[in-house]
Amino acid sequence: MSDTIDIRYVAKLARIALTDDEVERFGAQLGDLLAHVNALAALDTNAVPATAQVVESRNVERSDEVRPGLDREVVLSQAPQRQGGFFRVPRIIAE
Amino acid sequence: MGDLLERSAAEIARAVNAGTVAAAEIVEAALARVDAVDGRVGAYLTVLHDGARERAAAVDARIRAGARLPLAGVPLAVKDNMCVTGTRTTCGSKILEDWIAPYTATAVARLLDAGCVAIGKANLDEFAMGSSCENSALGVTRNPYDLSRVPGGSSGGSAAAVAAREAALGLGSDTGGSIREPGAFCNLIGFKPTYGRVSRYGLIAFASSLDQIGPLARTVEDAAIAFDAMAGYDPMDATSIDRPVEPAVPALRTDLKGLRIGLVREFDTAELGNELDAIYRRAYDELAGLGAEVVEVSLPTADYGLATYYLIAPAECSSNLSRFDGVRYGLRVEAADVQAMYEKTRAAGFGPEVKRRILIGTHALSSGYYDAYYVRAQKARTLIARDFEAAFAGCDLIACPAASTPAFQFNAKSDPYSMYMMDYYTIPMSLAGLPALSVPCGWVVPAGGTEPMPLGLQLSAPQFAEPLLLGAAHAYERATLYAGRHAPLTGLVKT
Amino acid sequence: MSEYEAVIGIECHVELKTATKMFCGCPNEFGGEPNTKVCPVCLGMPGSLPVPNARAIEHMLRAGLAFGAQIPKFSKFDRKNYFYPDMPKDYQISQYDMPLTLGGEVRYWREDGTIGTCRLTRIHLEEDTGKSTHAGSGDGRIAGSAYSLVDFNRAGVPLMECVSEPEIRSARDAVAYLEALRSTLLQLGVSDVKMEEGSLRCDANVSIRPVGSLELGTKTEIKNMNSFRSVQRAIDSEIDRQIQTLESGGRIVQETRGWDEANGVTHSMRSKEQAHDYRYFPDPDLVPMEPDGRDVERLRGALPELPWRRFERFTGAYGLNSKQAAQLVQNAPLAEFFERVVAASGNPQQATNFVLGELSRLANESGVPAASSPVTPEHLAELIALVEAKKINSKIAKDLLARMWAGDGSPAAIVETEGLAQTSDPGAIAKLVDEVLAAHPAILADYRAGKPNVAGFLVGQVMKASGGKADPALARELLQRKLE
Repeated sequence: MSDTIDIRYVAKLARIALTDDEVERFGAQLGDLLAHVNALAALDTNAVPATAQVVESRNVERSDEVRPGLDREVVLSQAPQRQGGFFRVPRIIAE
Repeated sequence: MGDLLERSAAEIARAVNAGTVAAAEIVEAALARVDAVDGRVGAYLTVLHDGARERAAAVDARIRAGARLPLAGVPLAVKDNMCVTGTRTTCGSKILEDWIAPYTATAVARLLDAGCVAIGKANLDEFAMGSSCENSALGVTRNPYDLSRVPGGSSGGSAAAVAAREAALGLGSDTGGSIREPGAFCNLIGFKPTYGRVSRYGLIAFASSLDQIGPLARTVEDAAIAFDAMAGYDPMDATSIDRPVEPAVPALRTDLKGLRIGLVREFDTAELGNELDAIYRRAYDELAGLGAEVVEVSLPTADYGLATYYLIAPAECSSNLSRFDGVRYGLRVEAADVQAMYEKTRAAGFGPEVKRRILIGTHALSSGYYDAYYVRAQKARTLIARDFEAAFAGCDLIACPAASTPAFQFNAKSDPYSMYMMDYYTIPMSLAGLPALSVPCGWVVPAGGTEPMPLGLQLSAPQFAEPLLLGAAHAYERATLYAGRHAPLTGLVKT
Repeated sequence: MSEYEAVIGIECHVELKTATKMFCGCPNEFGGEPNTKVCPVCLGMPGSLPVPNARAIEHMLRAGLAFGAQIPKFSKFDRKNYFYPDMPKDYQISQYDMPLTLGGEVRYWREDGTIGTCRLTRIHLEEDTGKSTHAGSGDGRIAGSAYSLVDFNRAGVPLMECVSEPEIRSARDAVAYLEALRSTLLQLGVSDVKMEEGSLRCDANVSIRPVGSLELGTKTEIKNMNSFRSVQRAIDSEIDRQIQTLESGGRIVQETRGWDEANGVTHSMRSKEQAHDYRYFPDPDLVPMEPDGRDVERLRGALPELPWRRFERFTGAYGLNSKQAAQLVQNAPLAEFFERVVAASGNPQQATNFVLGELSRLANESGVPAASSPVTPEHLAELIALVEAKKINSKIAKDLLARMWAGDGSPAAIVETEGLAQTSDPGAIAKLVDEVLAAHPAILADYRAGKPNVAGFLVGQVMKASGGKADPALARELLQRKLE
């Protein structure tokens, strides 16, 4: 564990533009938080299984049956930008 | 008219079912109350005037047709992170400020089916991240007991609405204490059921493995009726649990004979100051006075709850909130290419607390840190759950404070970590998936304040023991009468 | 120039054949008006939750069992986090470290009749993305486009990802591997496996190394291959390119390369040096699966005979050549039809001739699969028996098959009622020969003048005179005798 966080890298992954001011402020605040969560290092968790879901449940599935969906106009009425029956987005730059 | 709104949800439903009052009358009264006080209280982001009247008329028609509904005509405040078809559903965020939900959350649908009438969509900390409602980007909600103080959070709008009788019942969601803490701050029953007991379908996710919907109510009976109406498997939510619901209403009781109530050795209320310490000690004595055997239990890893929670919840939230990208709905800030569009949209759409949590969560999941942070937190979660299992071998219920302070003033917690500490007592139960509630247990005039503010006692039970939990809370509420003290309306009405 | 060998691994994405999508009740259908097969779940709307499709999971287990994979005690779904406009939630529900099936192998058949084997690394289940159409670049490519249009009809369709070990050594084997994979999945009914509709998509990882070396060379990933033929061409072209690069002193760069069908070359798409940080973690909206508790033995017991085993049996017990066997096993209903013809006739060679010959020709002509035509295996066996017993000749057999295809039923009955049985009476045929010779003195003269080819014409005339019923071999023999 470490108290440092590469804010710019993480913000890039999370697709959030940060101002220099935010980089500084969040960096300090999150470093502070990491210092607190680092308390977990004191717990011996080597032989402990991880809990992803705390209530025991397995194999929850649905049968393969068609259900009604949404009307296209309802769907596209929420689109920030549409063109015909499509959602429109700005130029995609290949990564 | 005012009298109607002083009634509990159970009393309203009884009257409507008996035909002595129409749902339409109650809803008109509630809408009038909203018009009178919400300018000050700020509980609602959206008031559903027309929708509520239509719904009330429909309830009256069902009653006339012979239906008997457990929540007939009960005015409901719905936290604005739950979808209701055709209504704006904002999560208190600029990124969803104008989003109209095209479907209804299962829990809401079940309450509406039980006769509730949604009065409005209630304010919250943005995406339910916060403990004061101050993180809402769309409005300020004030505590009806003292307008200079916060209502708690994140379900602060629902709590304030119920406390100001702008609704008889509130729906909240609780991830680390977001129903229980505002319940305590607003002198209500704030009840979080077992994880998976109430469907999350239509609840806009903050942390999926922790989020749970529950009621905010002025009486335990109301909370129990709401729970019975909402609980149960939903095929639309794979994490909802497919097992029969034991109804809570028949389990409501008036004493605690034969119950062992555990006090947590590690939770020393002396740390909360003399006044609060005295009130909680009195509460424990009141439990014993009702016939409970008070025993000591230990939760040795509960102190790690906060650290565990502040890795797991942000990690899940960082992924859950990715979908707010300006492509299909919600805010978009235009840019030349899609990457820039994402970054600008999310920069403009999310507030600072949401950004902090997305960033820390992204960090905790990122390459090289995943095992050290996320996996370790999941293991700590196992230990915390095991602690409760061991504790419940020696008791039926656990009692402790719901929050470490009464409602505080606006801007009192400018440092994020001090705000996070508000959930110190509620987070361990969330991590273990347990049902837990806060029930009013006394009053204190905070330092620098003039008005007495309520305090909440937290009771928690093993998974799926909601009837036992609500039954015991009911006995405590009836014996102590703290919950009956409503916020005076005089100061809430604009003159 | 030193000798190189290619090291090839194939990664396939196969859309599963289900009525609905992976995590919601929207129809899983190809095509349609954009954004008409969508709901809150597959659009990633706030508050929506995924619930897994039981049939998709069963399809996965059946595919895994067919390839001899292990079915684990525990499996789960994970989130793969990355932003892309056609991915509604900006994460894909996939499987990271605990897929539904582990290992296994694909056995494929080659033209020389041998069976090849390629082990599978894993098969896992995930959801498909929507589709982006790039506009403004003139050629529909992403590069240079001004904007994109997104359709989410395909978003959330169940997708099986099947990753092979790098054990394939030639482009030809890569195609054989794909053919075996395709035939098997088709036979199991778990997918339509159509490359042209995108229900089968594949990428190839290609590297080369000097023969005898155990080290792996730097690999490239080839994308945009739209048919088996383009897979073969693309891999061959990439192997050539890599050899030439090394021979001319260059180095192979690890990268993704796109196949350019028109120009027959691969071209660099983007550098893979920068690894993605997908932040996989268990999807908290879904609960774990215990696939081994799902009646796996029942699923295993209900598996059909797999194409490669059938190939071995057809080339072995039935003595088919590998091309014939391959043709049959790649079309499971036809292979099953064939087997019933063999069973009824006891004559694999004639069954092969008819099924792959005239019957397949009729099927191609009409567009109706042979196995769905009115021709029953029993009637075809009857036809074979008539030929074998020399009751009819091949010309009549062909005519009869056409009539059976049209729905006329039993060939024996037709022969019986219409008197089509072959004439093998030497006296009767000899009489016809005499008549033909008498009627064609000029042809006879040609023959005598040293033009033996005209004998064929005379045989034809004899057959014609018999109404097609004369035993052609006997007619030829008798004619020959007369001519000499």
